[in-house]
Amino acid sequence: MSEIALTQTPIHIRHGSNIGQPLTRRDGVLKVTGAAKYAADQHPPGMLYAVLATSSIARGRVAHLDVAAAKAHPGVVDVITPANRPALALDPDEKSNPFMFRLDLLQTDRVRYAGQPIAIVIAQTLEAATEGASLLAPRYETEPARVGLDDGESTALQVVGPGFPAQAQRGDVETELAAAKKSITQTYETPAQYHNPMEPHAIVAAWEGDTLSIDTPSQGMAMAQGRLAGLFGIAPEKIHIRSPFLGGGFGGKGMISGPQVLGAIAARAVGRPVKLVLRRDQMYGPVGHRAPTRQTLRLGTDGDGALVGLDHHTKTMSSTFDDFFEPASTPSHTLYASTAIATSHAGVRADIGTPIFMRAPGEAPGSIALESAIDEMAQACGMDPLAFRLKNYAEVEPISGKPFSSKALRECYRQGAERFGWERRPLAPRQMRDRDGLLVGWGVGTATFPAVMFAAQAKAVLRRDGSGVMEIGAHDMGQGAWTALAQIAADGLGLDLDRLEFRSGTSDLPDAGIAGGSGHTATAGMAIYNAGADVIAKLADLATNDDHSPLFGAGNAGVVARGGRLFRRDDESRSESFSDILARAGLAQIEGRGAGGRPNPMEAHGQSDYAMHAHGAVFAEVKVDPELGQIRATRLVGAFAAGRIINPRMVRSQYYGGMIWGVSFALHEQAIVDRHSGRPMNANFAEYHIPVNADVPSLEAILVEEDDPHVNALGIKGVGEIGITGSAGAVANAVWHATGIRVRKFPITLDRLLEPQ
Amino acid sequence: MAFSTTLTINGVKRTIALDDPRVTLLDLLRERLNLTGAKKGCDRGQCGACTIIVDGRRINSCLALAISHDGADVLTIEGLAQGDRLHPVQEAFIAHDGLQCGFCTPGQIMSAFGLIQEGQAGDDPERVREAMSGNLCRCGAYRGITEAVLEAHKTLDALNRKEVA
Amino acid sequence: MKTFDYVRPASVREAVSAAAAPGAAYLAAGTNLLDLMKGGVTRPDRLVDITHLPDLDRIENLADGSVRIGALVRNADLAHDRDFARRFPAIAEALLSGASAQLRNAASVGGNLLQRTRCAYFYDPASACNKRNPGSGCDARGGDNRLHAILGWSESCIATHPSDFCVALVALDAVVEIEGRAGRREIPLEAFHRLPGDSPDRESVLEPGEMIVAVRLPAEAARFAAHARYLKVRDRTSYAFAIVSAAAALRIEQGVIAQARIAMGGVALKPWRAREAEQILLGGRADTALFVRAATAALAEAKPSGDNGFKIVLARRVVARALALAAAGTPERMPALPGSPFAAASGVLAHV
Ligand SMILES: Cc1cc2nc3c(=O)[nH]c(=O)nc-3n(C[C@H](O)[C@H](O)[C@H](O)COP(=O)(O)OP(=O)(O)OC[C@H]3O[C@@H](n4cnc5c(N)ncnc54)[C@H](O)[C@@H]3O)c2cc1C
Ligand code: SF4
Ligand code: FES
Ligand code: FES
Repeated sequence: MSEIALTQTPIHIRHGSNIGQPLTRRDGVLKVTGAAKYAADQHPPGMLYAVLATSSIARGRVAHLDVAAAKAHPGVVDVITPANRPALALDPDEKSNPFMFRLDLLQTDRVRYAGQPIAIVIAQTLEAATEGASLLAPRYETEPARVGLDDGESTALQVVGPGFPAQAQRGDVETELAAAKKSITQTYETPAQYHNPMEPHAIVAAWEGDTLSIDTPSQGMAMAQGRLAGLFGIAPEKIHIRSPFLGGGFGGKGMISGPQVLGAIAARAVGRPVKLVLRRDQMYGPVGHRAPTRQTLRLGTDGDGALVGLDHHTKTMSSTFDDFFEPASTPSHTLYASTAIATSHAGVRADIGTPIFMRAPGEAPGSIALESAIDEMAQACGMDPLAFRLKNYAEVEPISGKPFSSKALRECYRQGAERFGWERRPLAPRQMRDRDGLLVGWGVGTATFPAVMFAAQAKAVLRRDGSGVMEIGAHDMGQGAWTALAQIAADGLGLDLDRLEFRSGTSDLPDAGIAGGSGHTATAGMAIYNAGADVIAKLADLATNDDHSPLFGAGNAGVVARGGRLFRRDDESRSESFSDILARAGLAQIEGRGAGGRPNPMEAHGQSDYAMHAHGAVFAEVKVDPELGQIRATRLVGAFAAGRIINPRMVRSQYYGGMIWGVSFALHEQAIVDRHSGRPMNANFAEYHIPVNADVPSLEAILVEEDDPHVNALGIKGVGEIGITGSAGAVANAVWHATGIRVRKFPITLDRLLEPQ
Repeated sequence: MAFSTTLTINGVKRTIALDDPRVTLLDLLRERLNLTGAKKGCDRGQCGACTIIVDGRRINSCLALAISHDGADVLTIEGLAQGDRLHPVQEAFIAHDGLQCGFCTPGQIMSAFGLIQEGQAGDDPERVREAMSGNLCRCGAYRGITEAVLEAHKTLDALNRKEVA
Repeated sequence: MKTFDYVRPASVREAVSAAAAPGAAYLAAGTNLLDLMKGGVTRPDRLVDITHLPDLDRIENLADGSVRIGALVRNADLAHDRDFARRFPAIAEALLSGASAQLRNAASVGGNLLQRTRCAYFYDPASACNKRNPGSGCDARGGDNRLHAILGWSESCIATHPSDFCVALVALDAVVEIEGRAGRREIPLEAFHRLPGDSPDRESVLEPGEMIVAVRLPAEAARFAAHARYLKVRDRTSYAFAIVSAAAALRIEQGVIAQARIAMGGVALKPWRAREAEQILLGGRADTALFVRAATAALAEAKPSGDNGFKIVLARRVVARALALAAAGTPERMPALPGSPFAAASGVLAHV
């Protein structure tokens, strides 16, 4: 049914024919023909190339740069170092809110992490700029680097992540654990990880007077605009950001990074457009990462396998000069019922770039530890891991006691288990072999991610020819914003999709909020939907008050918008086209505006009567060579409930992608940081392993229906990050089930499975 | 020193003046010929985003010097569709959602095209996965990619058979 | 990357004289050389591009039954040459387990032999490395050395040679044909790469300017075709270098091992031939206990060079497994996952 119910309330809870359709990507043709232009594909006339020189030490100062040698290289136009970097309006180390991260913009010769930018070389060609940067041959005064969780300096934490309290509790966990019939205490370690979108950070910047025009991938154009405006001392409106396609973001492009700003600085210094693209190895320093964690979990149950105490402590790391602490203990707030729960975080500071949000921040490392511990607890109780999870099913959010706005997790467990064939799983490990003699193991993990919204605006226009325009500066980083948001827009305006022009991807359009926290579709979607409703309300006003209209007098009975017409709700034989209504009113177009989301998501979360989370259950099969230890995640089935699904095709892809990240977390990726120099030694794609195609032979995602009346009027929760949670734990648990060996240091590599035989 | 190199790119032969021997095929296409379909994900042969077809075979254009490929025949993603008609591999990628952010996609598609021409994987999904493992996808679109390659292989097979008959 | 003088010789002779200049390097496909140049690991003054030389891209069956593979034959072409793959299945499997389809399409035979170590400290110009910068030290010792050598290493260098191809070649007694200004010479592949000793910067027996023109397999090498495998253990299913690998080739007559070849990869700075282990197998019946004994002998001299003791255990098992796979018989068709422990598709695997 294609209809928009128009009642006196401005928010419409019925949905039209576009929402829910598995449309293919509307930007698909552009992307498969190579015509989609990413930032680094731009080449304005007169453009020069900038290449960064980055520090190879983690701590100390740059004592000398051979600027003369760089400048002498044919083609090199300019070299910018702290000595001649043009002044900025704002100290890059100033921090006036938690979302303002300190940047390294050549403010001093101090080095505070390996990979920090120390100079920019600008040249006629990429080749010349690259060689120029290497000719700088820096000499350093090196100070001993503090590397890793044990070497860093302790720091007391009040908040973690984007501002969650570092400690939380419900009940008296010590008393409960002391009285528990069975208990376990285990420590799990997760490594530093780097976002590594396939598209490295890139910027093409051009100044005209004090107007800055840039092409750069961004998950938050308005915030980037604000940050740049502050640094350059110009009004945000003077900054035009185009980011129609991101080659992946995963949180790493949420805040504008130092290198992107340096591109704009370079362009200003030389008075010509400049392109600056990070090399892959430069992606392991100044653009954020996921910090390592060491998590200690203490669990206790009563005689029936019901959790009585759950204590989750995380030690994690930030840089020496800024704050972002991975909130890894937070999944324990939500997932399992327990008489008492306590979570806490401790921080250290080391000589490393500042970590930042990375796909499922907190939830990803936290849930692999929690899901492992839950499995170990189930094993201690002699229970099937799924039965144990059901036994400890949280009917209300454990830490807050609030009811869930909706929670179809039980259904996820059921459908996932059935599809996977879980009931055939032997309880004991190392029982299954395939016909080649490989060990087979099955594991389960629970997936969870909060339903977050930021704040967004949208503008809608209905034109006299019956076509519509929706404008919102949204971000498509692969999740499918160009498609899903257009689907919402079409329904919002009561149009068929081919009558809608969907404008997006630039900062000149209304702010869509940050594309992060899996909240973009909900946030931008609501703004779009409300903007559409605003237009339809105006249109209905015109029609129902006009005695020439067949809808005259429909009044409170309302009208319905669909396929470019308004229909009388109580008599669908009476209708009028949008264009007729506009023509008769002598209007060329009607404009409407809408807002969505919550200006302060953290506060909104606290004030809500409901706990809002998406959930899921992931079942994994791994095969392990019994002697050689090599592991392959041969089959994953995930069942997820995340409210209303706007486009099932795109959502499935998000789940698959998340599940692969889960496999990667459990088995593959880790930064190897040299313990002496503090340099990541595998800052490339050959040795920083992410799964290849052959690593994930079978993936299935089940979309479990869930109707949520509370999250937002559209019922959207968000699907971008949940896939990684649950999956990582499921794979880890499957490795245990295959081998009987519990590895608590991730990723699980084969050397840890080589038992002497 | 000035060099020139003659390349046939997407069917068009051109002689290109090169002022620098260091230019790779990838940088030549992207920075000097405005053919930006091929992407640079690593510049070191480690990701496959830069995959193009040179003399009938898929290679990583980031590790190929332009000057050394004098006389080569180059096919890039821009040359795959016939006007508005997408190549079956491209169509299959859209149909199976073998892409998310799209950044690895031109490389994936050229790699799939090369694979089908090589004829080493046929309709065996496991062989396709192995043969496509030189193309990383951080978004994790592998399932759709494999399905797309299998379908395109089938379509092209049928087309070839029709032509033979 | 430094600018360089680009030379495109018309003949091998011209190439050899162009490459004799100090700072010159041969350019084949460049998949290793350009990588290193981009990383600032090597900075040649002159590239001598041999890819346009005639006649070096042929696989020839010689009258004496040996096979001569031109230095410019592409890795993929060799692996997919039906006749070659049938006669030397372990070599084809080794090739196909390496790198990616794209890289194999470009990479040349000569370049594969001369590809340099993947030691991360060698690749990182800011680290001390005796191989890159003689006398500077070795940051891999005491650094991250999980994947470093367990055989033949020295105090000055603990790196490994990364080639898969070479492992299978060395097992089958391949010979390298070399052209220099003094003319042509040949040397067994086993003696081609040098162990680090005190001068890890000297990686092979090539003198400056010398060029590989071909690799030859003796006629005898084809006699193992029915029982020849390559096994490569990796951190991911594909597109990863070996942690440890092994080539095993057997000639079995009436259930008795008449001839055996074993070589290991990822364990030393050269492809490592295990001759003592081969001796143990001779005259024996193909069974697990024997394979384990041979594998133990193959690693008898092994010692960890850092946090890599597990590689000794692993290598022993890889050798034993490779032998078991070889004994079980070369599969009719190249496995879908060449060289992988997950290659088998049916329940014939003897687990050792
Ligand atoms: C991401 C990645 C993954 C890889 N994975 C693997 C793997 O798993 N297994 C594996 O075995 N390999 C792997 N490789 C390495 C690959 O096999 C080599 O790069 C390739 O074989 C080199 O061949 P080339 O023709 O490109 O040599 P080039 O790069 O052109 O040359 C390599 C070296 O050999 C010299 N040279 C070349 N030809 C001759 C000659 N005829 N005579 C004298 N000197 C010569 C050059 O001067 C240079 O020093 C990988 C490479 C990359 C980039
Ligand atoms: S192991 Fe060898 S190659 Fe690696 S750093 Fe040491 S000397 Fe260099
Ligand atoms: S850009 Fe060439 S392989 Fe990554
Ligand atoms: S689609 Fe984003 S990297 Fe493949």
